[in-house]
Amino acid sequence: MSPARRDGLAPPRAVRSRTERRVRNAVALGACAAAAGVLLVPIALLVAQLVGRGLPALRPGFFVHMPKPVGEPGGGMANAIVGTLILIALAAAFALPVGVGAGVYLAEFGESRLASALRYVADVLGGVPSIVVGVAVYGLIVVPMGHFSALAGGLALGILMLPTIVRSTEEVVRLVPQSYRHAALALGAPRWRVVQQIVLPAARGGIATAALLAVARASGETAPLLFTALGNRFWSTRLDQPIASLPMMIYDYARAPYPDWNAQAWTGALVLFLMIAVLAAATRWTTRRIR
Amino acid sequence: MSSGHLTTPWSASARPVARRGPVHPDDVYRVVLQALGFAVLAVAALIVVECARGAAPSIRAFGWHFLVGTQWDPIADHYGALPYVWGTLVTSGIAMLLAVPIGVGASAFLAELAPPAIGEGVAFVIELLASIPSIVFGVWGMFVLAPWLRSALEPWLIAHLGFLPLFQGFPFGLGVLNAGIVLAIMVVPTVTAISRQILRSMPRTMNEAALALGATRAEALAVTLDAARPGILGAVVLALGRALGETMAVTMVIGNSSRISLSLLAPGATMASVIANEFTEATGKLYLASLVEIALVLFVLTLIVNALARLLVLWAVGGRRDVAGAA
Amino acid sequence: MTVETRNPERPALAQPPRPSLASAPLPAPPDPASPGAPTGGEPDAPAARVKLSAAHFHLHYGAHHAIQDVSLEIPEHSVTAIIGPSGCGKSTLLRSFNRMNDLIASVRTEGELRLGDEPILSPAIDVVDLRRRVGMVFQRPNPFPRSIFENVAFGLRLLGIRDRGELEIRIEDSLRRAALWDEVRDRLDRSAIALSGGQQQRLCIARSLAVEPEVLLMDEPASALDPTATARIEELVLGLKSRYTILVVTHNMQQAARISDRTAFMLQGELIEYGDTRQMFTSPRRQLTEDYITGRFG
Repeated sequence: MSPARRDGLAPPRAVRSRTERRVRNAVALGACAAAAGVLLVPIALLVAQLVGRGLPALRPGFFVHMPKPVGEPGGGMANAIVGTLILIALAAAFALPVGVGAGVYLAEFGESRLASALRYVADVLGGVPSIVVGVAVYGLIVVPMGHFSALAGGLALGILMLPTIVRSTEEVVRLVPQSYRHAALALGAPRWRVVQQIVLPAARGGIATAALLAVARASGETAPLLFTALGNRFWSTRLDQPIASLPMMIYDYARAPYPDWNAQAWTGALVLFLMIAVLAAATRWTTRRIR
Repeated sequence: MSSGHLTTPWSASARPVARRGPVHPDDVYRVVLQALGFAVLAVAALIVVECARGAAPSIRAFGWHFLVGTQWDPIADHYGALPYVWGTLVTSGIAMLLAVPIGVGASAFLAELAPPAIGEGVAFVIELLASIPSIVFGVWGMFVLAPWLRSALEPWLIAHLGFLPLFQGFPFGLGVLNAGIVLAIMVVPTVTAISRQILRSMPRTMNEAALALGATRAEALAVTLDAARPGILGAVVLALGRALGETMAVTMVIGNSSRISLSLLAPGATMASVIANEFTEATGKLYLASLVEIALVLFVLTLIVNALARLLVLWAVGGRRDVAGAA
Repeated sequence: MTVETRNPERPALAQPPRPSLASAPLPAPPDPASPGAPTGGEPDAPAARVKLSAAHFHLHYGAHHAIQDVSLEIPEHSVTAIIGPSGCGKSTLLRSFNRMNDLIASVRTEGELRLGDEPILSPAIDVVDLRRRVGMVFQRPNPFPRSIFENVAFGLRLLGIRDRGELEIRIEDSLRRAALWDEVRDRLDRSAIALSGGQQQRLCIARSLAVEPEVLLMDEPASALDPTATARIEELVLGLKSRYTILVVTHNMQQAARISDRTAFMLQGELIEYGDTRQMFTSPRRQLTEDYITGRFG
């Protein structure tokens, strides 16, 4: 269909009607809204089930009692909860000094080839599946030691925390205003004091937030613990022995053929979920208050 | 944060000038930090080396045949990893098929269509979803999704689509389909959050130009989405990287069978799940080495996928690492 | 900024709140209902049809009263410039004519805007079609990250036009009218982003022209361009006048004087003066106008 030429072309005639475009618009926008709605369905179901199935067995005893043998009612996951705390502490003890140090290095001295390599590697490390980390730590620590241990588990979790801490620290330290550094230098402070005593304290809040979020994520990890810390039905706080942890205990109890244990698995899952959600929410809330 | 842009008042890489005294604290400080940086590099290197070392016996024994061999036989001490590669690809494929339309659609809703209050609310929920650990999804998949699949969806699929080999077999509830669905739920926050960031970083003026030409909202949205395609593709590839490495949830719902099947209803296994299941039981050096080799393959696979994703996202946002940092 | 009014009994006002600037006593303005009526030396012209009009139009951004009681009539096939200092509401007024302000949630309007006889602000009007009929060119050129061809074709494809032959004819026509055809005829498939700023802006004009609007709204179309590119845009505007009604917002008074038939001067949301361009620049009726034109403020 070629438009007639007069003094110029006739105005273009719509081939697609307004109604059709209106309908397509409504359908497309509706589909996007529906997608968002569909997104909400699983989480609603998940939270409902977690609360519904996990709440009944959630008594104070859950936190202080040890696991009972099969068939005996009650019992708790006290050793697992303490175990998770110990593992996280170990992980943080490794990941925080190394991660914050590397992050500060990148932010303050970060234009060398080492720095570029470090940034790239940290990003890559963040994409490594957690089970691969577990396999590596098994070979590096568990085999030479001769047995599973909390140390190995803590190290594996720490490795998982490392990339986020490095990246977040670098970002947060970079955000510290130049004027702070200039002021300190102008007063005659050496570089190291400028960073340690001026820049880092200013970045403290952001680093803490990043650390807490990394901890929250690490506390839910199971795969890296499968062949490092393993698990332990008994009370143990020794770092050179297998140690119980909440995710591992949930895993064992969920797969067990005893409904009583399955129910406890739900309770454990609920506790884990709440721990992480509360931790994440708290850090976000305090960040907003700082801002 | 463009690389090459100095943020400190001092030269970041120049050698320090000579100072009085034997050793200046500044140099010590820098060296300490450098050492910590090296430690990160060392950790990464150790992981690679250890996986390669542990896998060496298996690599020597089977060579490339390892990746295409279909028999995983601890008794005969002969290992072929294809069932697990297959399972990984199929479950991740299902996850992507489900997560991409929903994730991109939801991100478009959040970035362009939703009123601010609803947008923030849904974004919060997505963040919550992203923070749920894998094990919790596994428990849910085992005890909630599996019964529903067994009694509702799978029988329906068999009845209506059973002529396709994809939907033939017995409705176990646990299996590849369950794993695919759970994976989809786990990776959809990644797709949504990053796509949303990408869309928000698109210039508003493109949307305005389209509207000013007489486009409907959906037509203008299509323009923005089209321009955001590389970045969104990056988000999808990144989500794929996460799906490939996902372990616990998959292990708990996939049924753990080492047979390759065309049916989505059948049980299967992925590279990550077979390691999780068999590692501590692995007697025999070759058995263990084969499992470590699977870990190595998984590592390399996710490495490539993640590198690709990062390239796409960085290209799309023009090198702005602050947006790409969400990845 | 001290504001002096014509009436010497009125003290110079320097702080808010203050009465409307337009309420200071002045000689009666020419009747806006007959825009073709001769004022001060203009030769006899046939009464042109009113293409765009505003009647007691108000616009609020939340609590901010951004446009106050603006009434004017813009004749067909003319170029009207809207001038005024930053923040006076000229862009806001422009964007009201194609309902682009709808995109901002806190906007409320009162009064009437019309395209010919049709009420622009009525909820019954098809906004999508309105925007095709009232085209807009933005301050910073904003071509889509696509080929030159696809940019100009965009509006046509919205209408469902897919026939390659028709598209090519119309695209060439639009690019010719935007004075860009000769420069890009051999590279229609290349990315529009690769063009220079001035070329991109002409491309945006071609893009708008492709759907044959009745009105062209231009929001400081040359402010992001160098003088040579600016001159070409101005030339273009003068050439387009015969087919379209053009409304140009500009902060450049010389530009307004060069290209427009009529000029509207706005200050802090109010329409201070509106009339024949030559007359306004040589003997403005309002002191405020004279102050602005001579550079006393803004």
